[in-house]
Amino acid sequence: MVQFSEEKLNKVKEIIARYPEGKQKSALIPVLHLAQESFGGWLSAETMDYVASLLQIKPIEVYEVATFYSMFNLTPVGKYLFEVCQTGPCMVSGSDNIIEYIKSKLGIGVGETTPDGMFTLKLVECLGACGYAPMMQLGKHYREHLTPAKVDEIIAECRAKAN
Amino acid sequence: MGRKLLLENAHIEGIRYYDTYRRNGGYAAAEKALKSMGPEAVLEEVKKSGLRGRGGAGFPTGMKWSFIAKPEGVPRYLVCNADESEPGTFKDRYLMEFIPHLLIEGLLISSFTLGANACYIYIRGEYAWIPDILEQAIAEAKNNGWLGKNIQGTGFDLEIYVQRGAGAYICGEETALIESLEGKRGNPRIKPPFPAVKGLWQCPTVVNNVETLAAVVPIIKYGGDEYIKLGTGKSTGTKLISACGNINKPGVYEIEMNISVEEFIFSDEYCGGIRNGKRLKACIPGGSSVPVLPANLLLKTAKGETRMMTYESLADGGFATGSMLGSGGFIVMDEDQCIVKNTLTFARFYHHESCGQCSPCREGTGWMEKVLKNIETGKGKMSDIDLLWDIQRKIEGNTICPLGDAAAWPVAAAIRHFRDEFEWHVKNPEEAQRRNFGLAHYADPLPVAATV
Ligand SMILES: Cc1cc2nc3c(=O)[nH]c(=O)nc-3n(C[C@H](O)[C@H](O)[C@H](O)COP(=O)(O)O)c2cc1C
Ligand code: SF4
Ligand code: FES
Repeated sequence: MVQFSEEKLNKVKEIIARYPEGKQKSALIPVLHLAQESFGGWLSAETMDYVASLLQIKPIEVYEVATFYSMFNLTPVGKYLFEVCQTGPCMVSGSDNIIEYIKSKLGIGVGETTPDGMFTLKLVECLGACGYAPMMQLGKHYREHLTPAKVDEIIAECRAKAN
Repeated sequence: MGRKLLLENAHIEGIRYYDTYRRNGGYAAAEKALKSMGPEAVLEEVKKSGLRGRGGAGFPTGMKWSFIAKPEGVPRYLVCNADESEPGTFKDRYLMEFIPHLLIEGLLISSFTLGANACYIYIRGEYAWIPDILEQAIAEAKNNGWLGKNIQGTGFDLEIYVQRGAGAYICGEETALIESLEGKRGNPRIKPPFPAVKGLWQCPTVVNNVETLAAVVPIIKYGGDEYIKLGTGKSTGTKLISACGNINKPGVYEIEMNISVEEFIFSDEYCGGIRNGKRLKACIPGGSSVPVLPANLLLKTAKGETRMMTYESLADGGFATGSMLGSGGFIVMDEDQCIVKNTLTFARFYHHESCGQCSPCREGTGWMEKVLKNIETGKGKMSDIDLLWDIQRKIEGNTICPLGDAAAWPVAAAIRHFRDEFEWHVKNPEEAQRRNFGLAHYADPLPVAATV
């Protein structure tokens, strides 16, 4: 069953308190982030319904929002999600090569997950790191100035962390 | 060395933290504003400074503030736009990461001026580590009496909250941002009413960019008269430029708006020239939405004047031969870069980011992406170039929000200035897969003033 811990529930209360009385719907995006982090990196229908009940809004209001924003994953993803930027500034700085390298190294295509459930490759649009290209988002942080050697290091680092 | 106002103290170790920031003159402007100036005087000073919005549109900030409605008993809000998603732009991130207190101080002065007791920083969701930095700065400011109730004994109350977005460029548009902040999809609203009258939760709201709000601090500290001494004409003060692409020193630079584009690209103080000894082919000077310029029109205007890093000079020649300063996202391309491919990535971007409310934008952006993809991958026809031109014209001006225009302009400019490169792709579909069109005449000096 989907259920936030006591600590997370307090966090939800704290978020709702940021808005005027009766405007708790404003907490939806922050709470969806919290839910995605807490329940396996994606939002299942069950998770979304749970968020709706917490905020006392209709489930459809949650689905509408969850499907609009690209950071919300509506299907399961690997333990480590590589979100590589492919927009102009990164492209002129060599992101194509990095994307190809990751594909061949992990043996997966864009949008796919490795059979062991460890890595998913996703292409994203400009993340505001154009001067430090090529780059990707990995969890909370950015990995910048990517080279094949750096990609190797990142993959090894993830594998080590998972063990 | 140009004068710095925002990044003056950025190099000081520990400037991210309250004590260091305060020791280096931090919160002196807030003290001055709250204790000795009062809201009207601050507003006058901001008007005098000529500060223009740094989010892309360049609207005069003082004027925007003076439009805020003040109905009795209705709260007002200040919203700080930290969505920063325009490709090429990464300047607000720098300010928030390294000098968060400058933004907090700017928010305090601005909220005080507007009479807002709550302020929301709406930050793009991908900048996931920055809310921690901002929240720490907010907590420090609060512990030192700069936020909360009865700030510094003046009777003014203010709370600042950080709200993360979740991946949607459109939420940088101010009414889409407000919708998102209300927990909805980021669909821009039809204006009027403007946010200054009916914004967040239908209350009067001012939305300003991070850099705009940070710039209020030096304006109050040194005075509007000092501020206009920097820069030229209606481009007063300093501007953050995030430079990227094929240059030796990508990064965030604060410039006085009185240097030439050539100096910015080639001097060691800024971009340090083109990487690997290559030649300059083209540049998009103000983020992905503004027209791309070939090198010859970038360094000199069509009239043959030196092009400067100012709102006016970059726009000189209109869209026929000029561009825009926009958000300050400065994207440089060397001789090896393909204009068609770069334009394709932008078209894909706008297609992906269209909220889908207006058919010209929703359908047109997808269509442009498809046609550009055909041309880029050797499946294009000559008539596709005219088709592209036609689609972009039908989007421009026919949509609820400016994203439609923003999608149309880069395509229009690419065809306008690089048509031969598009034609070459169509005529040489196989060769175009292996090499780039190169420099052609784009980097040569203009023989005569270009005609419209
Ligand atoms: C599609 C679109 C995206 C925008 N993105 C941003 C953004 O990321 N950051 C920003 O400050 N302004 C952005 N703007 C401009 C805002 O609508 C608004 O004009 C700005 O926040 C006003 O602040 P300023 O006057 O301080 O620049 C965007 C506008 C549009 C149409
Ligand atoms: S122009 Fe595009 S992004 Fe803007 S409201 Fe219309 S469909 Fe949405
Ligand atoms: S284009 Fe990749 S981070 Fe901006």
